[in-house]
Amino acid sequence: MTYKTFSVDIDADGIALLTIDLPDASMNVWNGALIEEFGKWVDDFTTNEAVKGAVITSGKKSGFLAGADLTMLGGAKASSTKEAFDQAFALNALLRKMEAGGQSAKDLSAGKVSAKPVACALNGLALGGGLELALACHYRVVADNPKIQLGMPEVMVGLLPGGGGTQRTPRLIGLQNAAMMIIQGKSLDPATAKAQGLVHEVVPAADLIANAKAWVKANPKVTAPWDKKDFKFPGGAGAMDPRAVQLFVGLNAMAHKESKGNFDAVKAILSCLYEGSILPFDTALRVESKYFTKLLSGSQAKNMIRTLFINKQAAEKGAGRPAGVPPVEIKKVGVLGGGLMGSGITHVTVKGGMDVVVLDRSLEDANKAVDYSRKIIDKAVSRGKMTKEAGDAFMARITPTDNYDDLKDVDMIIEAVFERPDVKADVIKKAEAVIGPDVVFASNTSTLPITGLAKNSSRPELFIGLHFFSPVEKMPLLEIIPGELTGDRALAAAFDYNAKIKKTPIVVKDVRGFFTNRVFPPYMGEAMKLVTEGVKPALIENAAKSLGMPIGPLALLDETTLQLGYDVMQSTKKELGDAYQPSGTEDFMELMVVKLGRKGRRFGSGFYDYDDKGERLGLWQGMAEHYPLAAEQPSVEEVKQRLLYIQLIATAQCFEEHVVADPQSADLGAIFGWGFAPYTGGPMSYIDTVGLENFVRTADNLAQRLGNRFAPPKSFREMADKGETLYKAAA
Amino acid sequence: MTEAYIYDAVRSPRGKGRPDGALHEITPIDLASQVLAAIRDRNGLSGAEIEDVAFGCVSPVGEQGAVITRTAILAAGYPHTTSGIQVNRFCGSGLEASNIAAAKVKSGECDLAVGGGIESMSRVPMGSDGGAWPIDPRSAIANYFIPQGISADLIATKYGYSRDDVDAYAVESQKRAGRAWAEKRFARSILPIKDVIGEVVLDHDELMRPQTDMQSLGALAPAFQMMGTMMPGFDDIAIMRYPDVEKINHVHHAGNSSGIVDGSAAVLIGTKQAGEKYGLKARARIVSMASIGSEPAIMLTGPEFAAQKALARAGMDKNDIDVWELNEAFASVVLRFMEAMQIDHSDINVNGGAIAMGHPLGATGAMILGTVLDELERSGKSTALTTLCIGAGMGTATIIERVN
Repeated sequence: MTYKTFSVDIDADGIALLTIDLPDASMNVWNGALIEEFGKWVDDFTTNEAVKGAVITSGKKSGFLAGADLTMLGGAKASSTKEAFDQAFALNALLRKMEAGGQSAKDLSAGKVSAKPVACALNGLALGGGLELALACHYRVVADNPKIQLGMPEVMVGLLPGGGGTQRTPRLIGLQNAAMMIIQGKSLDPATAKAQGLVHEVVPAADLIANAKAWVKANPKVTAPWDKKDFKFPGGAGAMDPRAVQLFVGLNAMAHKESKGNFDAVKAILSCLYEGSILPFDTALRVESKYFTKLLSGSQAKNMIRTLFINKQAAEKGAGRPAGVPPVEIKKVGVLGGGLMGSGITHVTVKGGMDVVVLDRSLEDANKAVDYSRKIIDKAVSRGKMTKEAGDAFMARITPTDNYDDLKDVDMIIEAVFERPDVKADVIKKAEAVIGPDVVFASNTSTLPITGLAKNSSRPELFIGLHFFSPVEKMPLLEIIPGELTGDRALAAAFDYNAKIKKTPIVVKDVRGFFTNRVFPPYMGEAMKLVTEGVKPALIENAAKSLGMPIGPLALLDETTLQLGYDVMQSTKKELGDAYQPSGTEDFMELMVVKLGRKGRRFGSGFYDYDDKGERLGLWQGMAEHYPLAAEQPSVEEVKQRLLYIQLIATAQCFEEHVVADPQSADLGAIFGWGFAPYTGGPMSYIDTVGLENFVRTADNLAQRLGNRFAPPKSFREMADKGETLYKAAA
Repeated sequence: MTEAYIYDAVRSPRGKGRPDGALHEITPIDLASQVLAAIRDRNGLSGAEIEDVAFGCVSPVGEQGAVITRTAILAAGYPHTTSGIQVNRFCGSGLEASNIAAAKVKSGECDLAVGGGIESMSRVPMGSDGGAWPIDPRSAIANYFIPQGISADLIATKYGYSRDDVDAYAVESQKRAGRAWAEKRFARSILPIKDVIGEVVLDHDELMRPQTDMQSLGALAPAFQMMGTMMPGFDDIAIMRYPDVEKINHVHHAGNSSGIVDGSAAVLIGTKQAGEKYGLKARARIVSMASIGSEPAIMLTGPEFAAQKALARAGMDKNDIDVWELNEAFASVVLRFMEAMQIDHSDINVNGGAIAMGHPLGATGAMILGTVLDELERSGKSTALTTLCIGAGMGTATIIERVN
């Protein structure tokens, strides 16, 4: 029999070597074709007496198998729950058949029968369904490359490992290790996997197949550990073993507090681990598939797969890059400004494999960028995450200077000087005087319109905005802002640069605040309004966290500093003059910044009190003297709704005004820009999930009670009337 | 409906619930059966008159498993005809068992029954029976499971009871228990417990420290801070459920929480006619009984609602109650109850409670029902309400009225 998705070669010992190699794909994944053919092979393998055993490996250099094809899962349709379950159970069933040799668990455990040995030779990464295939084999040997990732990241997209991962893993490495691995979605390297008992051997890549075949030859009759009569979970299991009881009490609490109870997948994984550890293996597999079916039919997995996997990957591959522009080769970048942003940009640029000339007014100032990277690299070296040689090589790529002539051979400029138009204008002119004629000039700014800055440029078609977030090495989003005259080459260069530093890019319109800084201030403003209404600050913070925001808005205001908010307000006022629309928080900010001097964490106090080291002590109790606590506090649901809808409305307005071109960019920008609750898939996905009509009705209700800031944008009302959805409307 | 009367109440002393506790060598069966034998013998009964026995037991596994009540009845030498049931309503079990006995009497099922409870915490540790509530993820997360100590600290935080407040309450509990023993106020109920050769191994509550003062309590570290703030961090879950709280104030420790002890108690309940038939003298009438469910995470605020329900069922209000008895699971539980019900400290737990003398989970409800009855007789007062806070958010209450 021949197959399209893998080859099968049977050697003289009767051992089949199954090499998975999906045609026209850079990486192996479980798709419909592979599942179907693999199922046929398992049928043949378990019945064909000429075949004594098998070794499964991959024909891809990129790795073994990277999990399920998420586009297939996202598009799966079933007409009934039963059918959905059958689809979900298909992979489980065929892996189980291979593992049990087509025999029943009863006969296996009685020792009456056994299975034919199947070994797995892991030549590279095995994630999700890839690792689950390996776990269903009787023996696993992995190449000794510490970069190989063995993990089950399904939780990241709202799913669980539904190919037996939640059942075989705890039976191999214990419930605690399994829970850590599956709930956090973190991978193990081969050495750790072996130490925990997830794989049997780690050998040089060249010896993989020979090692696997030797094992198969030496073990002609096998039974999976959990099919043996005396099997016990390492470390205990179930509802009666005190070790497992204690473990689950702790696990439930930790998962609850980390996820705020918002992630369906986390709860489902815990249930699979708990219930599965009480059940016989075959029943446990069915229960796992039932929880998987439940997740797949819910909105979270759908939204998370779409935003966090499909659209994120598309954006990172340059979906917004203009077609037809040849790749812009960027080997050396000139970074203007050695401040916090310039230092961060320097660091990620070197990390992306480029050389950097970092320029500031004095060498001393430029050297701040060197120190910045040095600190990070030294830490990595001291923790053994980087060799000293690699660290030195990294640092050698940074050249600090105060001389513009040193910029003459750079391939791209990223300017990150002080956010003042005159300062920016000065460096634009000086840099353009020395750089090559087709070198793209990117300006990092969070507030200044690009078209305005481009007026200082002699070649505005090569001028573009890049909005990095601080701290640059940690924040995943990059806003790319073409000005009015920005040309395709500049836009292409921005994407080509981003491909190297591996941020998630979105293209946004050149308006004040771009996208994220259009939404962030109203959100912060709402939190401040709640304070002035006498809502307990703790309730505000906890409501936001329970919504899924990574940090409370008042703590966040302390981090970004109230001073900054106050400065932005003052400059906006000055710039807009009579056109300035008061946000309603002006007096409050005046009180905090000017009268009380509680300007934020960096200044020693804000909404919170801090100790000398800047550690948060607790909410400032004096607030009640200025804004007395309301006798009747709102419900947490009310506070959550206000904090959520203020973000939804502002995002919707940006969408209506084409600040973001599509819901995809809005969702990515929200999650990776300001930490919008990821389990929703983003604000646009959230609106689609509750339904536009429902969204408009809720917003209207809030607007009626609290003011126009909650009024839904006109186009959203129209789409709701027509019964449309945002994602379909955009597609 | 038939009225139910309390004819007698007997309890063992409470032994430290540890391997060095005086009752540790006494099996749970033995402990329960001595109490059951006493309530039969001191009322001149043969045992056959007692139709059913309901005993609370919160960890009914191992040597407390397999319906310990029935085994204890047989061990006490009752005739085979007396049936037994084991009841579990967590900390309310002993009172619930008495209520069940009373309900059997009121409904006409029994003329004479016994309620009570047994818990040998030194031999069958708390939590031995497991349970889905904290370990099944679906239950734990949906109900915001947190251990009771965190709930008690949450109550203190939410209602503003400081470490000094809870410690002062504990000092008073020790003082009152010490006085009650010195004045022999428990004499009528206490049954000294004997070993297999008939020697008394314990005749007093072993845990008490009447000399306790604020200073000695002040030296104790908060017991639930670690699990609350570090591993696994239950405080965050308490705050998720009560989001107006910024930070949990950990005020409880071994000195202001109920002690772990061994003990057993029994209450003899019957109709008026049964009393007349067997020559028993009624001591109190069961006026009303109630059980309620309340929010499970804060868990321990149920007594307020159970008390209100029992009062409403009796057509009474709180001013109609002379003496209050609320199990001292944690100091904050009683402080909250007093505040919610507007009760003066001098009218509640007048002879101390579980903070001083211990809380043998399955037996406590029956013990404090007897304690409050003794107090009514001692003080010449008329009505009492007994209640307990209960795991997973429940409350049980019983109102009695002295009849002679």
